[in-house]
Amino acid sequence: MKTTIATSLIVVTTLTAPIAHAETLRLLTWGGYAPEEVIAKFEAETGHTVEVTTSNNEEMIAKLRATNGGGFDLAQPSQDRITSAQEEFGIYKPIDMSRVHSELFIPSMLEATAANTTFEGEVYGLPHVWGTSGLVVNTAEAGAVQDYVDLCDASVAGKVSYRLKRPTLIGFAYSMGLDPFAAYNDTGKYQDILNQVEAKLTECKPNVKAYWGGGDEIKNLLRSGEVVASMAWDTGGWQLNADNPDITFVAPKSGALGWIDTFVLPARGRADDAAYDWINFVMRPDIAAMITNTAGNFTAAVDGDAGVSADLKARYQGSFDQTAIDNIKWYPPVPAGLEALEGATLDRINAAN
Amino acid sequence: MRSDASKLGFYLLLAPIVLWLLVLIILPHVGLFIVSISEKIGPRIYETGFGNYATFFGEPLYWRTFARTAIMSILATALTLILGFPIAYYIAKLTRGRTKTTLFLMCMIPFWVSELVRTFGWMILLRETGVISTTLQIIGVISGPIELLYNDAAIMVGLVYTSILFMVVPLVTTLDSLDDSLIEAGYDLGGTTTSILREIVIPHAMPGIVSGCIVVFMLSLGNYLTPILLGGKDSLWFTGMIYNQFITRFNWELGSALGFLLLALSSAIVFLGLKLSKQSLSNTMGRA
Repeated sequence: MKTTIATSLIVVTTLTAPIAHAETLRLLTWGGYAPEEVIAKFEAETGHTVEVTTSNNEEMIAKLRATNGGGFDLAQPSQDRITSAQEEFGIYKPIDMSRVHSELFIPSMLEATAANTTFEGEVYGLPHVWGTSGLVVNTAEAGAVQDYVDLCDASVAGKVSYRLKRPTLIGFAYSMGLDPFAAYNDTGKYQDILNQVEAKLTECKPNVKAYWGGGDEIKNLLRSGEVVASMAWDTGGWQLNADNPDITFVAPKSGALGWIDTFVLPARGRADDAAYDWINFVMRPDIAAMITNTAGNFTAAVDGDAGVSADLKARYQGSFDQTAIDNIKWYPPVPAGLEALEGATLDRINAAN
Repeated sequence: MRSDASKLGFYLLLAPIVLWLLVLIILPHVGLFIVSISEKIGPRIYETGFGNYATFFGEPLYWRTFARTAIMSILATALTLILGFPIAYYIAKLTRGRTKTTLFLMCMIPFWVSELVRTFGWMILLRETGVISTTLQIIGVISGPIELLYNDAAIMVGLVYTSILFMVVPLVTTLDSLDDSLIEAGYDLGGTTTSILREIVIPHAMPGIVSGCIVVFMLSLGNYLTPILLGGKDSLWFTGMIYNQFITRFNWELGSALGFLLLALSSAIVFLGLKLSKQSLSNTMGRA
């Protein structure tokens, strides 16, 4: 009798023991940030399973807002969109730095992200992938396009595309000699900048072939030659460059716009252990290089660029010299409520004839 | 005893539909309405009021977009009817047996793939470097590439294509029920093709026409993919605007109000259509 109980106890403990540690990590991220091979390696090493949902900044916040921060265990919004979302909707929980292997992160990026994602004394974000948005230009046909405002030039009329989203407003403001980031906390001043940009973009509208929505759409437009100059992400330009050497990413004269995508923990995430394991796993230099090779963007991992393909490095260096890197405008945290002003401006541009 | 059992059976049969109505239709709308009457004052501070509804009527952009969407949907419905009626008439009256089934099937086959794929199909056909533009250049009709995508006509093509099945099916059903001898009698009494169409066929098919029109109008008005993908830089669509409020502006309050207004205004347009065509909803839906 006793032995039966003892055996069944052993059987039960051995059956439940691995289950108690292995969790399902529901990851809300961008396309390319969680490649199949990385997931397979992570699952083999830790026993956790990973479910990936790809999305973008706005949809990540909307999804988490709908569930008050549930449904996912780890999300990757850009660092400038974290504090306002936390202030308005309370959808994240603070990062426990003691569980993060901080020596894997480039110290300056870790500090900058921590400063930008601090809300009421708690840090909410860790840096992961960074990159820029600027111009993707077919240099053979539109070599004159050097800055955002050049998209309104008559020489490229009807062959231009950009998004009707906030990066377009910011980029145009900089190339018009304004400083929108400095006006972030002054609503009146910011509205004034938005009004000038609205006038410019309305005037520029006949030049635009179509406003693009997704990354694949703009790549198709550029690849087919229907569009010769556009606002887009650096990776998109480098990917196209591999197919057609004429097309590449150009850092605008007024400065490329720099973003950092982060790790944040949704407020009602259930698998924190798996989330921290994932963070510490993907920041290892070898894994970071694998992610850079699929996503096309560099990471905040120390030595993460060592294993990156030579082609990608060459394209990166072709687009960014030291001045261009120093001139990158990094997005500061967006104050809550600013999106409403920008939204009204974008709606008016969309409706203008 | 027996009446108790039949009562229980009645309630059991009723339960799924009541549950469906309550959980999937009524409760979400109550929730949506509550969100739509809360106005945002500051972060996490809300006040009850009808300010979001006032925004719709106060900002010309919103009601103009709604009017544009409604007018284009009505136009799409009319075009679908004009295109769908001859097809339905041919299937119902001029074919028999296997041909009839084959033709009906051919109308349905495009709907076996998702709407997204069909819309991408149209993009491949219509774009500047697409099939139509290239073919026209090869046969020498035009000298340079021509852009057929990103305009209102492209949206119209997409909408008609997406919804034509929902016009053809009710029309075929009602036209099937029309006795052929009535048409023959019409000819025997000296009627012309137009007068028979006007006096016999259309009055008989009216419930099918009206129910087809209601379905197509609602589908077009509530369509999101087709106008967004095929439309150009000036092509605003009301559902796209609701999406923007919810997703990119984080303004669920205004988005909910716009959603409610879409429901109310489109119902009003359908009601008006029924009154004008002198049909009742129960009559159309019952017979079609």
